[in-house]
Amino acid sequence: MENYRIDQDKGLEFGIYTLGDHLPNPLTGERISAEQRLHEIIEYAKLAEQAGIDFFSVGESHQEYFATQAHAVVLSAIAQATEKIKIGSSSTIISTSDPVRVYENFATIDLISKGRAEIIAGRASRVGLFDLLGYNLRDYEELFEEKFDLLLKINEEEVVNWSGEFRAPLKDARVLPRPQSGSMPIWRAVGGSPASALKAGYAGVPMFMAHLGGPAAIFKRTVDAYREGARRNGHDPLKLPVATAGFFYAAETTQQALSEYYPHINEGMKLTNGQGFPKQHFAQGADPHNIMNVGSPQQIIEKILYQYEVFGHQRYIAQIDFGGVPFDKIMKNVEIIGTEILPAIRKYTAKS
Amino acid sequence: MKIVALSGSIVGSKTRTAMDYTIKTLQEKYPEVHVTLIDLADYEIQFSDGRNYLEYEGDTKYVTQTIMDADALIIGTPIFQASIPATLKNIFDLLPVNAFLNKVISMIVTAGSSKHYLIAEQQLKPILSYMKAQIVQTYVFIEEADFYRKDIINEDVLFRINRLVEDTVVLTETYTSIREAKEAEYGF
Repeated sequence: MENYRIDQDKGLEFGIYTLGDHLPNPLTGERISAEQRLHEIIEYAKLAEQAGIDFFSVGESHQEYFATQAHAVVLSAIAQATEKIKIGSSSTIISTSDPVRVYENFATIDLISKGRAEIIAGRASRVGLFDLLGYNLRDYEELFEEKFDLLLKINEEEVVNWSGEFRAPLKDARVLPRPQSGSMPIWRAVGGSPASALKAGYAGVPMFMAHLGGPAAIFKRTVDAYREGARRNGHDPLKLPVATAGFFYAAETTQQALSEYYPHINEGMKLTNGQGFPKQHFAQGADPHNIMNVGSPQQIIEKILYQYEVFGHQRYIAQIDFGGVPFDKIMKNVEIIGTEILPAIRKYTAKS
Repeated sequence: MKIVALSGSIVGSKTRTAMDYTIKTLQEKYPEVHVTLIDLADYEIQFSDGRNYLEYEGDTKYVTQTIMDADALIIGTPIFQASIPATLKNIFDLLPVNAFLNKVISMIVTAGSSKHYLIAEQQLKPILSYMKAQIVQTYVFIEEADFYRKDIINEDVLFRINRLVEDTVVLTETYTSIREAKEAEYGF
């Protein structure tokens, strides 16, 4: 776990991620400017650091209703604005980028942040960027696999010799600068299906598993598939971290949390995915075994500890800001995490 | 209430004729219902390549978006080679897995032979159920002999279309009000 800068003795890590969505607040119908949204994301990261949160990440999406297309630039600003929180992408769409340029960017962020940068590479759940950036959607799988392999190779080898289908060959190429410790954590983003998790395990790379709702037991299959894939190909699952990521919203009572958060999720998903979130499913989110961490602080603590028991994962990453959640509510959530949730989670999961 | 009347084939006239009757009945009996006809023959629609429907363009985007925005669908389909036409199946393939959640769907089937009667039951209904539709169980099955040029000459077919329209609207109203009452109980 040391290669991935994770100290398990300190217990389950707690992170925050934003997709960088730029959606109207459904309660007011108004949308802040992209400029304000970007500044709020940077401020969000600073507050997360002050609250003692371990990790903060920003996603890449190239379409309407998003503001962090240049997510590496945003992360660079966050690197400058913070001192100790780990920072990463959630995720970097490696399929439609040049792995050399991605590595240069993130190695630079790692140096600016003095060794805090991580890459989470994904395949994109929204595919508009293939047209925008000049790629063929038919190569969806292969583009990812080839470029992700190259990214890993660049991380492991300072001098790279490589050839493939989607990029000019590299001959004795030195990809610079190097990260502070020579390499940096690179994760594979998995959408929750066991098939994709198996590939991550097989490659022996850490898995960042995103999930919406449903019983934790369903996602346990994905985690199991990941570890099984790793074992099958000679990797030790005990050395490979797993992160889970999904909706999070805390309020005084569970009812209040559901009620405040639901319009943002429902309306936000309508605009970005074309379908709202069924209220019936959202109501089930309050169940202690449901993976959606929405509720009172105490209920969320119990849920996260339950998930920890089921998955034995190393990092949980909360998505709070989706769908135009106003900044004062985001601040309130960060405060609840820092004062109530983190201390409890560390108390129960840290070895001391 | 928004209802889309989807005519699922790009050839022939029987399904479209039946859909025209259906829309006329709907408009006469329920003038407050907003009905949109989508005859696939009028659109250039691409094959599904797996992307989210929001990311298609042109006719494909218009047709999928209009269907997604509807409260109910009346699907009209002929039977080709003992199945639904590929054009109609493509519409299903373009949509998300749970596209018909909270939507009511009824069916009108036209066919050259009575031997095709169970095809909607055995091939179309399973697709609609998989996509989470509330199905009006009884469909209208119309044969070649019921048409003369572009008219329906079997009065019983008109009665059945009448009942189908009524069932579609009643089930949509009922289902919507039950769901709304249930959702109100959640208290958020």
